[in-house]
Amino acid sequence: MSKPTDLVQGTLDLLVLKVIALEPMHGWAIAQRIRQISGDVLQVGQGALYPSLHKLEQNGWISSKWAISENNRRAKYYTLTKAGRKAMEQEAAQWERLSTAITLVVGKA
Amino acid sequence: MRLASILYMRFRSLFSRAKVEQDLDEELRYHLERQLEEDVAAGMSREDARRAALKAFQDLAQRKEECRDMRGWNLIDNLTQDFRFTLRQLRKNPGFTATAILMLALGMCASVAIFAFVDAALFKPLPYRNPATLLGVYEHIDLCPRCNLSYLDYADWKKLNKVFTSLELYHGNGYILTTPSGVEPAPAVQVSAGFFRTLGVAPALGRDFYASEDRPGAPRTVMLSHDSWMKRYGGKPDVLGRSVILDNNPYVIIGVLPADFHFAPQGLPEFWTMEDGTGSCEKRRSCHNSYGIARLKDGVTIQSAQADISLIAAQLEKQYPDSNHGQGALVLPLSERIVGDIRPILLVLLGGAGLLLLIACVNVASLLLVRAESRRREMSVRSALGASRVRLIRQFVTEGLVLVAAGSLIGLTSASWAMQLLKRLIPAGMLSGMPFLQGLGLNLRVSLFGCGIALLAAVLFSVTPALRLSFAEMREGLGEGSRGSAGNTWRRLGSKLVVVELATAMVLLVGAGLLGQSLYRLLHVDLQFQPDHLATLMVGAPDSTYAKDPQAVALARQIMRRVLSLPGVTSAGTTSLFPVSYNGNTDWIRFVGRPYNGQHNEVNEREVSAGYFATLGAKMLRGRYFGEAEDDSKPKVVIINQALAKKYFPGEDPIGKVIGDTELTPKSLRQIIGIVDDIREGSLDAEIWPAEYLPFNQNPNTYMSLVVRTSQSEESTLPALTATIHDIDHNIVTFDVRSMRDRIENSTSAYMHRSSAWLVGGFAALALLLGVVGLYGVIAYSVSQRTREIGVRMALGAEPNSVYALILKEAGWLTCAGICVGMICSLAATTLMGKLLFGIRSWDVATLIVVAAVLGVSALVASFIPARRAASVNPVEALRAE
Repeated sequence: MSKPTDLVQGTLDLLVLKVIALEPMHGWAIAQRIRQISGDVLQVGQGALYPSLHKLEQNGWISSKWAISENNRRAKYYTLTKAGRKAMEQEAAQWERLSTAITLVVGKA
Repeated sequence: MRLASILYMRFRSLFSRAKVEQDLDEELRYHLERQLEEDVAAGMSREDARRAALKAFQDLAQRKEECRDMRGWNLIDNLTQDFRFTLRQLRKNPGFTATAILMLALGMCASVAIFAFVDAALFKPLPYRNPATLLGVYEHIDLCPRCNLSYLDYADWKKLNKVFTSLELYHGNGYILTTPSGVEPAPAVQVSAGFFRTLGVAPALGRDFYASEDRPGAPRTVMLSHDSWMKRYGGKPDVLGRSVILDNNPYVIIGVLPADFHFAPQGLPEFWTMEDGTGSCEKRRSCHNSYGIARLKDGVTIQSAQADISLIAAQLEKQYPDSNHGQGALVLPLSERIVGDIRPILLVLLGGAGLLLLIACVNVASLLLVRAESRRREMSVRSALGASRVRLIRQFVTEGLVLVAAGSLIGLTSASWAMQLLKRLIPAGMLSGMPFLQGLGLNLRVSLFGCGIALLAAVLFSVTPALRLSFAEMREGLGEGSRGSAGNTWRRLGSKLVVVELATAMVLLVGAGLLGQSLYRLLHVDLQFQPDHLATLMVGAPDSTYAKDPQAVALARQIMRRVLSLPGVTSAGTTSLFPVSYNGNTDWIRFVGRPYNGQHNEVNEREVSAGYFATLGAKMLRGRYFGEAEDDSKPKVVIINQALAKKYFPGEDPIGKVIGDTELTPKSLRQIIGIVDDIREGSLDAEIWPAEYLPFNQNPNTYMSLVVRTSQSEESTLPALTATIHDIDHNIVTFDVRSMRDRIENSTSAYMHRSSAWLVGGFAALALLLGVVGLYGVIAYSVSQRTREIGVRMALGAEPNSVYALILKEAGWLTCAGICVGMICSLAATTLMGKLLFGIRSWDVATLIVVAAVLGVSALVASFIPARRAASVNPVEALRAE
């Protein structure tokens, strides 16, 4: 199981926001999508994913709705809210800065 | 928008718990099932996939917990859990709970109740506009630093000063009020026209006095106090323009003062009238009968006002050397005049209550420490089972909060009850001089003070036990820890706390001891007369019938005759001012045949009847009493007291010498015919002033203070006395009807000393009790912790005596430390209250020794009980117990 510490603190939130920005998704799909996009590098376990989802929902950045999933079962779908989009943009910019900085340092050293 | 959705989410999390829980469960299950499907699809054996899923399910609880955390349920959940657990714990230990809550409530009650008085007297702003720029104005002489003004000096100061926007005067003289049902005395104050404007007080009804209304010849007008308006006119607005008969003169009612208005220096007067400056005293510069109030101009400091007014006084001194020799001027904040006397006592009481609160808090804190100590194992177990440190600390915090909340609730409730009780204990006469106490109650400031204390206590009580909770120790607690070494933290911290308690108790005991002795000495001060079996009352006869001297003399004689015929009355006399009231009503004397440099020889002057000294039981040292026949037709005579004889006739025989006023005007000359013992005219704690006594029959007055010696009880004589006087003339008023004992014991100085002695004494007794209980707790706990050690010692042959020594030594050290620290602290504390002490030094060695002994003996008794328990330990049981 990957723990939140496997990812840079707070990055998971950004990944989740980014992924559901495309379309409403349930938890399982979100984890799968992150894995796919990252080329199997980022494996998000349920232990990290669900607390993150619940926190984002409490923050009002995503909202949830029960719907029928692709395998004909009830699943909880998460959608990005307006506030969530703004937060995502900020977080993304933040990440941009941070990763550029880290790349700079690592490249120089 | 976002806020609304957040709020919605929070509410949903809180109130639709079941639904949310179910959602969470379903959501996670869905995930697991997908995982299982995927694993199987990926070619994992069904068996392995199931095992993986099962493992995941085991983690499910943990995941759910994390999700709940994220939703913020856990905080509330845990809080209610902690709260319920705390209540259960507290209920399981009713002794501990009750003790802690009661101690806290006690400390809270005492300090909040006393603070309410402090607040009402010192913090609550006076009911005047901008009270900070209001001043009291006095004349200043060596004998009497804050003395009354003479009207003419006041008029000059008012004219010449450059520092006041206004300067006004007041003095209190009651009237005989004529009502439909007869006459009655009515307290009243005479003021100059701008008095209320200076205070910044507007009448609640009607108008203020006009600026010119205090000139001679202006129509007589009167302002009613709010109480008087309610009492006499039922609060009806049609009083304006109606007239009141005061001293047989009609006064027109022009206004009513606001309900919250008070002016403490004059008590609770019913009527406020104008001082027009036409009285005989007002016309003499040497007659001082008024007080001044002034408002500072913007930007003028008290110092510069003092300088300005002193300059004028010096100028007047040059201009009128006869009357103004040595007359300086003094300005002080008006608040000083109103609450200056009561301030030191209130602060001492507040200090005492604060110390009691401290001791109570320390006691509860050490109780909590003991409890924390004995719950080490529980805490270790909970910690081992996964409770986080924060969670454990939160448990202690919750417990502290619950205790403080209960204690504060009881404390505040009883405080509001206690302050009313204390107020009711103040005699009515004293209370009228403290009208600012009307607002006494749990107001905002007092409640805030109470909450502040509660907050501090809450912090103290949650921090103390939490402090000693560290992970290292917790692990220890599971293993060896609960044995011998367990009490280390406790012994380090807890025993220091008991030293604080004992030291605090010592300070309070010393304070109470000194105040108690002050009171005793004050009440046993030598009065130089026999105060028992003396009935006293004031008599006021209307000027309309008795204004002429012979009329007043005849009335006095008639009163004497009728009073002496009453059953039980053995003698009677009159004076102008009762003994044990105050030094004042003075005269300046000059001696015939001696050079005179213009100094003011200030002496108390009293007009007394022929039978007065005999009635009091005052000793005549030389010479004779006045004769009843010694009136205006006879040569003028005077009796002096011993202090006057000693001061002005050292090594001489005063009898036969002649004294007069500063100008030795012929009609003022009187021959000294006797020397009487130093009757205490002033208050109990005041110095004896030189005094002269003039015969009433040569200086009659329509007001007299009647003193009657009776063989029966004073209380049974008083009603007969008033009835007799009203029978002589129903237009005569009587007031201030009391026994001499009551007059002395409830005099201001006696009352102040008594109340502070009793209150601080009460605090000290409680502090002693709490301190000793605290010590008992420490020693008893120590014994319980050392049972095994003691068992080993005894098994190895230690005698019970050596066990006693072991325990008592521990107690002895703590007690000695407490007494030593307390000794030093009490020296510092009592120096601060030196002002309140009478006839005793603040470092009275006897008091210190007695208090130390009391504390030592009580501590010994308290530690003897656990020591005996220790000595009777059965070694076999003690060793087997663990």
